[in-house]
Amino acid sequence: MARRENPEINAGSMADIAFLLLIFFLVTTTMNVDSGVSKKLSEKPPPDYVPPIIKEKNIFEVNINRNNELLVEGERMEVKDLKDAAIAFIDNGGGEGNVEEGVKTGPCTYCKGERSESSSDHPNKAIISVQSDRGTEYGTYLTVQNELLRAYSELRNRLSMEKYKIPFSELEEAYKDDKENEALKKKVEDIKKSYPQIISDAEPTN
Amino acid sequence: MSKFRKKKKGMPAVNTAALPDIVFMLLFFFMVTTTMRETDLKIDAPRLPSASEVKKLEHKSLVSTIYVGKAKDPKYGTSYNRIQLNDKIGTADDVPAFIMNARLKVSEAEVPFMTTSIKADKESNVGTITDIRLKLRDVNALKISYSASKGGSNN
Repeated sequence: MARRENPEINAGSMADIAFLLLIFFLVTTTMNVDSGVSKKLSEKPPPDYVPPIIKEKNIFEVNINRNNELLVEGERMEVKDLKDAAIAFIDNGGGEGNVEEGVKTGPCTYCKGERSESSSDHPNKAIISVQSDRGTEYGTYLTVQNELLRAYSELRNRLSMEKYKIPFSELEEAYKDDKENEALKKKVEDIKKSYPQIISDAEPTN
Repeated sequence: MSKFRKKKKGMPAVNTAALPDIVFMLLFFFMVTTTMRETDLKIDAPRLPSASEVKKLEHKSLVSTIYVGKAKDPKYGTSYNRIQLNDKIGTADDVPAFIMNARLKVSEAEVPFMTTSIKADKESNVGTITDIRLKLRDVNALKISYSASKGGSNN
């Protein structure tokens, strides 16, 4: 008997099926990567909590009114000038730093500011307080937050460049890829501690 | 004569056997790179503000999203301050329940890493966001992310 060849299976519709699945996925899924400005809220204070007394000069006050205008330290300001004003405030280094874990941090040795008497003592004492109106636009609010964060990252980048010859953003990236690396971790923590981000949100006005 | 007739039979069919493979490849690409749309938006897609200091959200399963914007349905008014939780429009008072619900789905050890992403429209009011934030603080959901598209600032 002559060997009969296997009849070929008709796979013509396979492509159709695959296309159908493909189109289903195209329609039901999204590709956007979620990104955002991350923040950590402060914990709810206990009812008998007495807020610590902070020297006026260590607070950088930013007010946003309901017309999306900025009032910084009692003076009107444009958003574009906010970053530089914040840097000048944080980096002032006019006095002694906080006492952390029983160790005095002393005066800020890496600060390049004016060391003015009327501005902040030390980056770890400098508090930025943002107060907005309930009617302020969220877009403006976030732009302000962003500018303040930019001020911090510029300072951190500068210090990191000086100390470790690498911008802080890259240092942090490298640490993310290699979480086990203790030396990297120490560097990251060191920079973060030198310029801690202290941005507080005050209750909005009505 | 017979040779001549054979030619007349026409072109041989083009072999398309590789077509499904190509399409499957595309399919797998899409399956891997995309995520399922999780909720139907009851509000107009928020026009996110742009910021330069953005961080990518990691661990999608630990992220719960609160949308703030203008409701599609005009019965909720035309302001940009409606809050959408899951599939329905709610108020800030519904936020704790929403967070508690989300917490049920993850293991206890992961609860501190849960992030709440607030996707709010540019024209929403800070007051609405503050209300949400206060409620989040009440239930100790302290990690939040203000959703923003990456871009330059000063706009």
